[in-house]
Amino acid sequence: MTATPSRHPGLNLGRAHQEAHDACEVLVFGFWVFMMSDLIIFGLLFANYVTQLDALAGGPGPGELFEMKSAFLETLLLLTSSFTYGLASYCLKYRHGRGWLTAWLGVTLLLGLAFIGFELHDFHKMAGEGGVPSRSGFLSAFFALVPLHGLHVASACLWMVVLMVQMCVHGLDTGVKTGLVRLGLLWHFLDIVWVGIFSLVYLGGLA
Amino acid sequence: MTLNHFLDLALGRLDWHALPFWEMIEQPTLSHIVNGSIVTAAASLVVLGALATVVLITRFGKWRVLWSDWLTSVDHKRIGIMFIVVALVMLARAIIEAVFMRAQQAVGLDGGFLSAEHFGEFFTTHGTIMVFFMAMPFLTGVINYVMPLQIGARDLSFPVMNSVSLGLTAAGAALIMVSLVLTPFSTGGWSGYPPFTEASFNPGAGVDYWIWAVTLSSLGSTMTGINFAVTIYKERAPGMHLFRMPLFCWTALCTSILMIFAMPPLTVATAMLALDRYLDFHFFTQDLGGDMMNYVNLFWLFGHPEVYILILPAFGVFSEVFSTFSGKRLYGYKGLVIATMCIAVLSFTVWLHHFFTMGQSPSINAAFGIATMLIGVPTGVKIYDWMLTMYRGRVRLTIPMVYALGFLILFVLGGMTGILLANPSIDYQVHNTLFLVAHFHNMLVPGLLFGMLAGYQMWFPKAFGFRLETRWGYRAAYAWIAGFILAFFPLYALGLLGMPRRAVGFIEPAYLPWTIIAGIGALVVLFALFSLVMQFWLSLRHRHENRVPVGDPWDGRSLEWATPAPVPEYNFPVTPEVSSRDAFMREKDLGQAYQRPAEYRDITMPANSALGPILTVTGFLMAFGLVWYLWWLVLLAGVASVGALIARSFVRRTTKVISAEEVRETHEAWLRQVDETQAVKRDKEQDTSNRGRPAAPVSGAVQ
Repeated sequence: MTATPSRHPGLNLGRAHQEAHDACEVLVFGFWVFMMSDLIIFGLLFANYVTQLDALAGGPGPGELFEMKSAFLETLLLLTSSFTYGLASYCLKYRHGRGWLTAWLGVTLLLGLAFIGFELHDFHKMAGEGGVPSRSGFLSAFFALVPLHGLHVASACLWMVVLMVQMCVHGLDTGVKTGLVRLGLLWHFLDIVWVGIFSLVYLGGLA
Repeated sequence: MTLNHFLDLALGRLDWHALPFWEMIEQPTLSHIVNGSIVTAAASLVVLGALATVVLITRFGKWRVLWSDWLTSVDHKRIGIMFIVVALVMLARAIIEAVFMRAQQAVGLDGGFLSAEHFGEFFTTHGTIMVFFMAMPFLTGVINYVMPLQIGARDLSFPVMNSVSLGLTAAGAALIMVSLVLTPFSTGGWSGYPPFTEASFNPGAGVDYWIWAVTLSSLGSTMTGINFAVTIYKERAPGMHLFRMPLFCWTALCTSILMIFAMPPLTVATAMLALDRYLDFHFFTQDLGGDMMNYVNLFWLFGHPEVYILILPAFGVFSEVFSTFSGKRLYGYKGLVIATMCIAVLSFTVWLHHFFTMGQSPSINAAFGIATMLIGVPTGVKIYDWMLTMYRGRVRLTIPMVYALGFLILFVLGGMTGILLANPSIDYQVHNTLFLVAHFHNMLVPGLLFGMLAGYQMWFPKAFGFRLETRWGYRAAYAWIAGFILAFFPLYALGLLGMPRRAVGFIEPAYLPWTIIAGIGALVVLFALFSLVMQFWLSLRHRHENRVPVGDPWDGRSLEWATPAPVPEYNFPVTPEVSSRDAFMREKDLGQAYQRPAEYRDITMPANSALGPILTVTGFLMAFGLVWYLWWLVLLAGVASVGALIARSFVRRTTKVISAEEVRETHEAWLRQVDETQAVKRDKEQDTSNRGRPAAPVSGAVQ
């Protein structure tokens, strides 16, 4: 068996999906470039956060506001969702039919929504303890960085819903397949960003 | 709900005071009347201009053409032209503003006629427009038009995204135009430093106009950068290796890489400033732990690479101009590529030189000062390469060449003052003076504007099928050079005399002669702008005599000249195969130009899309709503934007097919025209006998 030449880094759809496989070359490359640009945004907000660690202005700090248990739970949810998205990608590549693909996407979506739910709950609790962005430079920096990631996850969830509806309308066509490949990249990318947030903001803050 | 409540919700903080003439009605002092009249006149111009456009389009029944051939078109050539139209309109406004500022300072001893507030709006809009809504759209437009042709592509990789980029830029430009009618605009300068731009000092709508106009533009430019880079990496014709690309494409590539990495810091900076102002965050405030230095770092992390985003494409244009009009291969191609890359990389290592005086340790200043001076090295390499391109060439002093020569000399002088400023101890003496203003205008007017204007003169016949008139063209070029020298060299002297930048008036009589000379220079620049308008008008009237249908009026070297003028939508009937640098020149040398392809095939092209114009409108309305606190409008326009994006993702018929038959007919007709056209020698290229087919140069000429 000869391998189909790889069109882009990451999981290639391969020759069973020739049209989508070819279309991915430019689309996925473009998406990588977009993510590089997006990563700069996160990088700058991380940097801003680090410079503002001491800017508490007498307000509450990480020790009072962060909770390891829920941050850890959120991490588990998001990491698991990356795994289930991986399974969805394999179903897209190797299984012909939409059943398993839809099921794994559904699980991923639920995990993503659960992550957002927990995160909102965290923010709500922080606000109850006086941890609102208008309180200090530190809290402003926190609320620029962490909710931006949450906003990305929410947008990715919306994209997933749109793709699932498209799957119902158009079937599993090239448009949906290339969309799923790119959404997968975004999903894993957001996972990596979260690992950064968990390590630097939560572990760093509570250490 | 009472009527008042309803009005508050519906109109936000919009009230009569937003009207430009309201203040002079309420307080009719002389100063209010003078300033109010100026703004009212400008606002009337905007309103009348918009109305006149609508009336003219209706009168000539052009709405359908405008919609289907232009606004919804995703053809890179049309989008490129629209970008340049935006740039030229904004250029006119920003030059007029500059003339007002120079006039104010020419009579600014102990006063002048502009109020400090009004002067602040002038320099803020002038800078913001020139950088974000003149320079960026101009270079984006030129790259859009030329780069895909030069690499032998049919379009950009993401044609609809290209149209969205244009839309966001146009929405930002429209927002700045509207700020003339519903005032005020920011007085915080083009860099918008907090804490001055924070809500505590500037609660009004002005800074918000600035924030959202710039944000729209930065989002559009990020997408443009992604689009250009992917296109250059993925859409090159077979055989077009990276090192066979025309130098303009290399500079386009470096500029787009800079856009990808340097626009996000700006987006972050303006978004954080907006959070400070709208939601009471404390990133850059003076209290509760805010730190304005973070803004300054973010802004210049964008701002310095931005300088090279602006200048590199002009370097590319000049490289094409020098080699085309010297009839010679570009000297030191590889050196120029490496120099371009070096500049792109170094541009990220020098941002701190924009604020040497803001409290870093001397050793940090020294490191950034040295990095800054280093950029002079690759730039120097380029200057020598361009000079050596002309050396022993047969130089023709065409209009683009006049701009290029003006650039070469003036840019070196500007670079010298840059090396001076790179030295922190000298910077301490002249920072925040007009010396700095003179320096960066000295880089950007010759280094960006001359380049773009040279490109406009050179590629106009390609885009529209006829050459531009030359008499007013030369007048414009010489007036630009003379006007620039008169307007900005006195500013070096003023800076050394200690005159601060952004000053509405002064009390030092020694400044006066210099400000008067600068004022005269501004008038010469105004004449240059007028000459450009005259040139365009006369060219339009005499277009039939100046037609160049064969498409190669300047004996060009790269692939764009191998196509008819104007270029058909599909660019090339069959994808060209490239075997060397200066691909088209080689074809001509070997007598292989204008070949009949072995067979014609159907060509698939991207279909029109309304997404660009829809996002232009929703983007504008969202920004406008945010400026005036019209939350219902923000919500509606936001939902509409997301809805439009989702709806677009459901569209499956995104391409259209141009039949092989149609391609054959168009192409064969053109080939017949090529055969019938008399070739002209290069020295007759500005003559009406030039129909776009160059004769081979005398044998023995250096090529």
